[in-house]
Amino acid sequence: MPIAIGTTDLISILPIAIVSLFGVYLLLQSVFAPRMNRILIPYLGILGVGLAVVGNFFLIGMEGTAFEGMVRVDRLTVVLNFLFLITAALSLLITISYHEGEHVEFLEFTPLVLFSTAGMMVMGSAESLMTIFLGLETMSIALYVMAGFRRTNRHSLEAALKYFLLGAFATGFLLYGMALTYGMVGSTNLTQIAQYFTQNALDVPLVALMGLALIIIGFGFKVALVPFHMWTPDVYQGSPLPVTAYMAVGAKAAGFAAILRVISLSAFSIAFQWSEILWVLAVLTMTVGNVVALVQDNIKRMLAYSSIAHAGYILVGVVASNDQTVPSVVFYLIVYLFMNLGAFAVATMVAGQNERRVNIQYYRGLGYTQPLLALAMAVFMFSLAGFPPTAGFIGKFYIFSAALQSGYVWLVILGVINSLISVYYYLNVVVAMYMQQPVDEKKIAPVLPGVGVVILVAVLGIVYLGIFPGTMLSVLR
Amino acid sequence: MLLQYIPILVLSVIALGFAAAVLILTHVISPKVKDPVKLTVYESGLPPQMEARLRYPIRFFVVAMMFILFDVEVIFIYPWAVVYQQFLAYGSFIFWEMLLFIAVLFAGYLYLYKRGAFKWE
Repeated sequence: MPIAIGTTDLISILPIAIVSLFGVYLLLQSVFAPRMNRILIPYLGILGVGLAVVGNFFLIGMEGTAFEGMVRVDRLTVVLNFLFLITAALSLLITISYHEGEHVEFLEFTPLVLFSTAGMMVMGSAESLMTIFLGLETMSIALYVMAGFRRTNRHSLEAALKYFLLGAFATGFLLYGMALTYGMVGSTNLTQIAQYFTQNALDVPLVALMGLALIIIGFGFKVALVPFHMWTPDVYQGSPLPVTAYMAVGAKAAGFAAILRVISLSAFSIAFQWSEILWVLAVLTMTVGNVVALVQDNIKRMLAYSSIAHAGYILVGVVASNDQTVPSVVFYLIVYLFMNLGAFAVATMVAGQNERRVNIQYYRGLGYTQPLLALAMAVFMFSLAGFPPTAGFIGKFYIFSAALQSGYVWLVILGVINSLISVYYYLNVVVAMYMQQPVDEKKIAPVLPGVGVVILVAVLGIVYLGIFPGTMLSVLR
Repeated sequence: MLLQYIPILVLSVIALGFAAAVLILTHVISPKVKDPVKLTVYESGLPPQMEARLRYPIRFFVVAMMFILFDVEVIFIYPWAVVYQQFLAYGSFIFWEMLLFIAVLFAGYLYLYKRGAFKWE
């Protein structure tokens, strides 16, 4: 079997390679460079991400597989690469400001973000179960370490350990599922798996179905679907805020990228059986996420449950499994990127040193002490709740219309009811900011440039995608 | 079909029941002597000197972890070595591939070294 690695192969992983190389380089830089220059590491990380974005432009228009059918490059790959890279860049920008407040050495932080981003991009461009697993592990192991970065904080350690143990357990499920699927199909290639399921559509062997079910469990853990969501609030609460932001957006997007790759390819033929399972999962995820979020008074936990609920909305798009699935899900992921990173950026600013001010009571009166910050937070909250002029509305609209197209009327009704429930806790923050007196007179530190850029980009993204969604949607179709 | 396995079921029930009965009976009717000497760790040996749980430096753990890391990496080299000759016929890619792998590992090693993972202080 000849293995020939041509230029096409190398170009197809160009962004991944650039990010990985920068990761290794910055890891060495973090120990070899003189202490003064180490402050530059996050900036160099952003430079690396920027170069990878440039590299990603070379992938536009490519269509096909590389590395003997291990990697697929198509429009979805390119869009997902952009999504992951923007997430990484914005998270690094938040880190720069966070670093200035927190007395923790964040030396290895940038390389870990880069490695994790490389893993996400591998997942997004996977054409084989092996590639998905490789990407998932690269992403997860870096995230486990990042969750425990505030080493002196008990919650951070708890988050890291919990995430690691449960994550390893979920990986076990995933790997077992992949093994069963491989055992039945005889190949890890996603296209061949899809072929297998199409050929045996009338009578799919139980083992193959079990394999896919276990794979769903593995992914369900990563994107926090409801029976597998237990880790989410604790991990989101304990991790440092930039990590939470990065994890909430990046890991979720990567998980859904893998779900899209596996499910939308192989399960189209057996969509009937799948959609029933995913239907229940979606309703459970939306409902539990939204209802439990109602009683949270910690902004990180609130956003954690909100992220569970949003996983439910996105899963509605997956359940639809028609030609609208991929555009609507990816559009929602992009919107989710902006609103969640924005909200976490504001939370980072309000939380201040050592994250002392993470309760929602500290948002009281923010509209008068920090008008711009509060305005941005209000935009993010309205978008998360899905109010019309914002991108959150358009995202939900396309997800639900995709589901309607496939005839899931009840699913859409339940989704809309859930959106209504979510309005309460999102607007709770807005009410606190504009209609209540500040709880303490301590001034919040002025917005630092790094976080400021993130908030600005997020607000612009939400408003732009909310008013002119057409351009992005035509790209995704 | 399954009925022919009934004797096996009966046999296992009898076996389990007999074992359980013997265990419970000895526990109930056996004589019990409560003697302090009898309750020491080694009745006929030396008395224990200190706690069995020792504190030992965590650097053992670091070294063990690094050993496992690099040990696992070596495992990847074995299959590579097995197919090396065969793949060399298709070009030198296989050679550079492993060189790149080892270079990345070496970067990790350098990082550990500079971070002081090998300092025995």
